[in-house]
Amino acid sequence: MTTATVPASAGATATAPASARRPRLRGVAAERVFIGRSLIHSIRDVEALLMAVVLPTMLMLMFTFIFGNAIDPSGGYVDYVVPGIILLCAGFGAAGTAISVSRDMTTGIIDRIRTMPLRSGAVLTGHVVESLVRNLVATAVVIGVALLVGFSPNATPLEWLAVVGVVALYILAITYLFAAIGLAAASPEAASGYGFILLFLPYLSSAFVPVATMPEWLQWIAENQPITPVIETIRSLLLGTPMGDSAWWAVGWCVLIIVVAAVWGAWLFRRKAGRR
Amino acid sequence: MQLAIDVRGLRKQFGRTEVLAGLDLAVPQGSVFALLGPNGAGKTTTINILTTLVAPDAGTAFVAGCDLARAPGEVQQRIALTGQSAAVDEVLTATENLVMMGRLSGLTRRAAKARAVELVHRFDLEAAADRRVGTYSGGMRRRLDLALSLVVGVPVLFLDEPTTGLDTRSRQELWAVIRTLADAGTTVFLTTQYLEEADRLADRIAVLDRGRIAAEGTADELKARVGGDVVELRDADGVLVREIPTDGSVHGLRAVIDELDRASVGGGGVDGVQVSIRRPSLDDVFLAITSGAEASTPELVEAK
Repeated sequence: MTTATVPASAGATATAPASARRPRLRGVAAERVFIGRSLIHSIRDVEALLMAVVLPTMLMLMFTFIFGNAIDPSGGYVDYVVPGIILLCAGFGAAGTAISVSRDMTTGIIDRIRTMPLRSGAVLTGHVVESLVRNLVATAVVIGVALLVGFSPNATPLEWLAVVGVVALYILAITYLFAAIGLAAASPEAASGYGFILLFLPYLSSAFVPVATMPEWLQWIAENQPITPVIETIRSLLLGTPMGDSAWWAVGWCVLIIVVAAVWGAWLFRRKAGRR
Repeated sequence: MQLAIDVRGLRKQFGRTEVLAGLDLAVPQGSVFALLGPNGAGKTTTINILTTLVAPDAGTAFVAGCDLARAPGEVQQRIALTGQSAAVDEVLTATENLVMMGRLSGLTRRAAKARAVELVHRFDLEAAADRRVGTYSGGMRRRLDLALSLVVGVPVLFLDEPTTGLDTRSRQELWAVIRTLADAGTTVFLTTQYLEEADRLADRIAVLDRGRIAAEGTADELKARVGGDVVELRDADGVLVREIPTDGSVHGLRAVIDELDRASVGGGGVDGVQVSIRRPSLDDVFLAITSGAEASTPELVEAK
């Protein structure tokens, strides 16, 4: 007879009266718990955290010192490229959400949560808020590095605030999209693959080169895709370039993406959860 | 007798495959009930339906006195599920997992922490309590997984193949815990493909075959259904060479011995052959009940 390391009384003493109930959680209690969980995940994933800081720095230096002089020998390219790098990094950062969501869906965690009296979608809210926080930090790093290599914005505090707002809205939109992709993908690996496609979008916009320099058919895509108005809005707020109607398009696109991704995600979540 | 789980005519179809074809179950309060069946028999689907994860196509089910169809929220307040894959967060520590579950179960932060300390102690995870679960062994994960279901002492506990993949010792540890839980009044509904597990642990056993309950009762009742005892013949080294069914009568035994005379057992006549009679095992029951079903070729593994 082996000595059981669990005392035989474990069950009895570990059991509160077997008639206890889980109360229904009120307000956003579940969301708060899951946001806390996702933030802990974020802090403990050292590699992802490192990437979130190193990648923006590398991109910043690459675009400024390697491509920058070729594109604009006067040295003004850094000003042009900062908004693009902010969005590129936010995209990379948000891609992790697809993997986290997919991982939760493919392990038993989501099942256990769905058998409890709470909004199980709260687990997704946790991932989305975590992505927002992490990517805003990455954005701060991008801007910090940019300032070091000669970025000279002329924005007022109010315009800075607006920049944060637009960037946050963009992060939310792309995160919701990645969360839905995470729900749709069969495995975390697949989620990571699908997400990669989205990361090419910034290159097909006015992020790195003016749209006017592209072939005509590409111009049409670049001008009518969501990232261009977001870039132009941030550029206008930071550097005072003409705003036009970019801000409306930017907000409209982001809200549209959030709504579509949320509806799609909610549908996927109901359909997928519980089936393994 | 009050029923913790009362299921009538439960049906579920996935696409064209009928997984449950009219399931009836009655589980008394405070008992351990084992749903036994080969892979693909519908065990997990049954658990998924009873724990509100999947809606049935037809039939009624009451869990802890609440109607599953009308008040799934009420059911959710009174059940806990430990699923097949350990539903633990690998990035968090055991304590953090337990506190999170406590918070989600409506405990205050302080109460959740106190409960976590208690459970970590009870399940012998103290040494590893502040290590990430990703570093845990299979047995430790299962213990934590079960502990997570006990954060609140709900009346009905569902365990889907709780000991699959565990070594003998971890399995026996879990059995002890489950037994004590039942003794304390918790109803435990578990699925298993280990016959020994059902035999040792369950008050009542139901054999699920192709979406229906093929037999139900205590282990002894099920064994009695198969009837006859078995004469075992072992050679001088104690190796089982032959099993012959018998009705236990003198006539039956004589027939066995006559047969022995005719056949040369173990290649060397009957020298050194040992005879013993045993009651049918659950294996015999299981094979008898589910025989003739090529679909249910049992992937049964003896829990040794």
